[in-house]
Amino acid sequence: MSTLFEKIGGEAAVDAAVDIFYRKVLSDDSISHFFETTDMEAQHAKQKSFLTMAFGGPNNYTGADMRTAHAPLVAKGLNESHFNAVAGHLQATLEELNVPADLIAEVMAIAGSTKDDVLGL
Amino acid sequence: MPTITYQGKAYPGQPDETVLDTLRRNGIEVPFSCCAGACQTCMLHCLNGEVTERSQKELKPALKSLNYFLACQCQPEQDIEVALPDDEDVYVSARCVEKQQLSPTVWRFRLETAVPMFYHAGQFVNLKNEAGWVRSYSLASLPAEDELLEIQVRRMPDGQMSHWLIDDFEVGMHIDLEGPNGHCIYTDGKPKAPILMVGTGTGLAPLIGILRDALHQGHAGPIHLYHGARSKDELYQHTMLNELAQQYSHLHYHASVSGEEGENEIQTGRAADIAISDHPDLKQWQIFLCGAPEMVREMRKNAFLAGASMPNISADAFTTPDHK
Repeated sequence: MSTLFEKIGGEAAVDAAVDIFYRKVLSDDSISHFFETTDMEAQHAKQKSFLTMAFGGPNNYTGADMRTAHAPLVAKGLNESHFNAVAGHLQATLEELNVPADLIAEVMAIAGSTKDDVLGL
Repeated sequence: MPTITYQGKAYPGQPDETVLDTLRRNGIEVPFSCCAGACQTCMLHCLNGEVTERSQKELKPALKSLNYFLACQCQPEQDIEVALPDDEDVYVSARCVEKQQLSPTVWRFRLETAVPMFYHAGQFVNLKNEAGWVRSYSLASLPAEDELLEIQVRRMPDGQMSHWLIDDFEVGMHIDLEGPNGHCIYTDGKPKAPILMVGTGTGLAPLIGILRDALHQGHAGPIHLYHGARSKDELYQHTMLNELAQQYSHLHYHASVSGEEGENEIQTGRAADIAISDHPDLKQWQIFLCGAPEMVREMRKNAFLAGASMPNISADAFTTPDHK
């Protein structure tokens, strides 16, 4: 049985998705300020790590890492509406890439599972 | 098993270990995070030997050609010597061979090192004077054609190093030099891709190096170079670039001024704004941005939103430390 990561297309799928996803996020005025840093290259790499994880790929992130990494953003007001906006862009990206609906559902479930850690709940 | 040499000491690897595993097992603190080849936190520089293809797959072409690799993705097949990207600052002595004023505020220096330095056009060096002041300067020279290293220094009102270089650093004097650094360089993988270069002030210096490198390597796609300055007399390579553009039909040079009215072919406005309005679709383009940090940051975002892919955007932001 192949894994979600294999079914979705592996690293090539991440590469195809990351620019589309990050463009959507940066163009959304309601959340773009959380993603704009002086080091956009590093930020782009982080989005890639995130997509790899959401696609069920290899990663070493723990819930504690997620919490620590997002704590400064929570302090700046990151809340559920922002989380949902990012999730919406992730879904739209996958739809744009014609990923089958059942795989999108699996990805969204993984992304959704990070919510408490991301928002520090 | 292959050994990994770090700071002169050889560490034998164990079966299935990555370079990151071996170094960390021996107590060497290599920064790392995702261990999946995505975050690039554990990037190392390979000084000797060859690293695996897999460990370079995710890196931009410039970093690949400079032999950088991801330690977490590399199970070495042969002995290698590695360094952390930050711990290679060895200074050598460089002599000033030529000094020439190019504009009211910009001077060109040509420097010679005792042992020729291997570098790529567009990289930068750190200069340290006797007072211990260190500043970074981009190289405008092309190693294939120039024997000397060329830097271009702009007199900054608050920049003590720029005053010292321009007022006190004369032909025949020596200065400590470390480098090369940076990865804003031309790579020859896409000879037909269109190239967009945007530079403000002496951000033009590395762009000229990169431009000459691209032409030297026979880049066939169109090249658009935008240089922005506050005033017309600060477009310090205007004549040379116009002549070069006449020589190469695929090179287009666009000059602009933001602090006064332009005239003739010199446009009024900010270089980055003009570039993005001339080229709203940057898909497949190679982008080079050098100069003021605000311009680099804004233009990187705009180029990305205009369709350029992130690995195809190379930038060198000229950060200036605060002087107390």
